[in-house]
Amino acid sequence: MNWITNYVRPRINSIFSRRETPENLWSKCDSCGTMLFHREISDNLNVCTNCGHHMHITPRDRFHALFDGGIFKEVAVPEPLPDPLHFRDQKRYPDRMRAAQKQTGEKEAMLVGIGEIGRTPIVAVAQDFSFMGGSMGMYVGNAIIAAAEEAVRLGRPLILFSAAGGARMQEGILSLMQMPRTTVAVQMLKEAGLPYIVVLTHPTTGGVTASYAMLGDVQIAEPNALICFAGPRVIEQTIREKLPEGFQRAEYLLEHGMLDRVIDRRKMRDELIVLTRLLMKMPPPVWGELPAPGDAAPPGQAPAQP
Amino acid sequence: MTHYLDFEKPLAEIEGKAEELRAMARANKEMDIEKEAAALDRKARDMLADLYKKLTPWRKCQVARHPERPHCRDYIDALFTEYMPLAGDRNFADDHAVLGGVARFDDKPVVVIGHEKGHDTQSRITHNFGMARPEGYRKAVRLMDMADRFGLPVVTLVDTPGAYPGKGAEERGQSEAIARSTEKCLQIGVPLVSVVIGEGGSGGAVAFATANRVAMLEHSVYSVISPEGCASILWKDSEKMREAAEALRLTAQDLLQLGVCDRVIPEPMGGAHRDRKATIDAVGKAIGVMLKDLSAMDGKALVTARRKKFLAMGSKGLAA
Ligand SMILES: [Zn+2]
Repeated sequence: MNWITNYVRPRINSIFSRRETPENLWSKCDSCGTMLFHREISDNLNVCTNCGHHMHITPRDRFHALFDGGIFKEVAVPEPLPDPLHFRDQKRYPDRMRAAQKQTGEKEAMLVGIGEIGRTPIVAVAQDFSFMGGSMGMYVGNAIIAAAEEAVRLGRPLILFSAAGGARMQEGILSLMQMPRTTVAVQMLKEAGLPYIVVLTHPTTGGVTASYAMLGDVQIAEPNALICFAGPRVIEQTIREKLPEGFQRAEYLLEHGMLDRVIDRRKMRDELIVLTRLLMKMPPPVWGELPAPGDAAPPGQAPAQP
Repeated sequence: MTHYLDFEKPLAEIEGKAEELRAMARANKEMDIEKEAAALDRKARDMLADLYKKLTPWRKCQVARHPERPHCRDYIDALFTEYMPLAGDRNFADDHAVLGGVARFDDKPVVVIGHEKGHDTQSRITHNFGMARPEGYRKAVRLMDMADRFGLPVVTLVDTPGAYPGKGAEERGQSEAIARSTEKCLQIGVPLVSVVIGEGGSGGAVAFATANRVAMLEHSVYSVISPEGCASILWKDSEKMREAAEALRLTAQDLLQLGVCDRVIPEPMGGAHRDRKATIDAVGKAIGVMLKDLSAMDGKALVTARRKKFLAMGSKGLAA
């Protein structure tokens, strides 16, 4: 029974999340107004310890918390054409891109990682709302396709964390074409018999919801996440009536049969471990504080499917 | 009574004058106005040609939305025989924004699906201005499944401002319904050809237009967002729709360059609404050619080719 003996996720992970957090800085929860230590926020995966409000979390921070020992291998995403339409609104698209890159320290709005969660090999892909609203352009499409191809190549489930205001207008019709493109990626997984699990986070709207983010085998959402095709303001303008309390929020969608589960971010990892292992017909996970995976890990910790 | 678009106002004046002259001549047989009226006709013709030779992207949007433009039902009636409408999503309702059924095209059985906008106040309300609810996409999925089962090619006619942004539509899973329709387009082992006959509005259009071949009428548009919507987000001013239409590159001509559109169907001088029959005939011809192109491919090849086509999209940009 020692095919799984080890992980130290909580310990290593807190080192990761603390590394750049100044000790004595406070922040206010934008929902309940409670003052929280930065360290308290990052230790709780950006969830308010007072009211449970889920603040944004970057894909990198999420992956550090998700993967065993905070360790994952980043998958290279094929670079798309930088500015296919020569788009210019009040600013040039390349200038907006540079500003977003400078602000986030990331190249684009999607991160793909491979690693293990509770000793379950997976591929994960997460959308970065802080990068131009997580908007879906060609890079995001390429990232999902790359993630699906990796999952198929390695025979692993794919877990996708969505967060986007919609399509990236600066790529015009080519952003819209990511709807069919990413749908092809989902089909690759389904045809390979691999689970595709979607975790919808706040907010997931527009063309993103109307493609890969709604095609999961299992649809999970974080609490109170706004999930919709048309945003509440557009709807109010169209039908000229007030929308009900909680409209288009995760719990509302759950009640209307559009989701499988609404899960607190702090419990998400454990849920995903159980779920992926069930769907992959693997034995139940072993919980507890275990050494980090790597060379020292005993062989066979990830049993092949029967 | 022709409906003139704002940029056609000078044209409306000249055509109006010619009409006035002729009306006067009808009332008073002594008057000889034919020479003058003919000169006005010529002037109007030249002006029309001039206006439509270089339509700006925003003007193309206006033409694409022209109320007298032929709509889905007009094409079905003229180009298909034995059209048998099939209704309902077997779940909740029949969405009248989406028409669909079995019919014959060139004597061969096909499934035809399209957005219908309606042509007068009553029918526009009935068809919800071509804005489909989840039931419309679910009906389309059902019809595509049927086509797949019986080996019938699918023809879709795209003409929608976008999926309907309503309370019930959201509650019943608008986004899921669109996603499933796009997914179905990518799965069926029969030829799938699509024509954008007016407006290709965002996800609501993709759900029908993820096809082996996509044709667009010369002045139709296909876009990720309406120019007004884009202007209000990026310019913070919905009046900047001209600039937004320009930037979005939503014309058939630009989309042909990007590989999103496979062929552009020429419209009569002055737009589809000025010669509906010629427009419908040209669309029929294009559908025939596209179906013929695909007729030799088996189901697997059609699916593979469709997926490859969309995966490759975005590999070429527009010339600077
Ligand atoms: Zn709080």
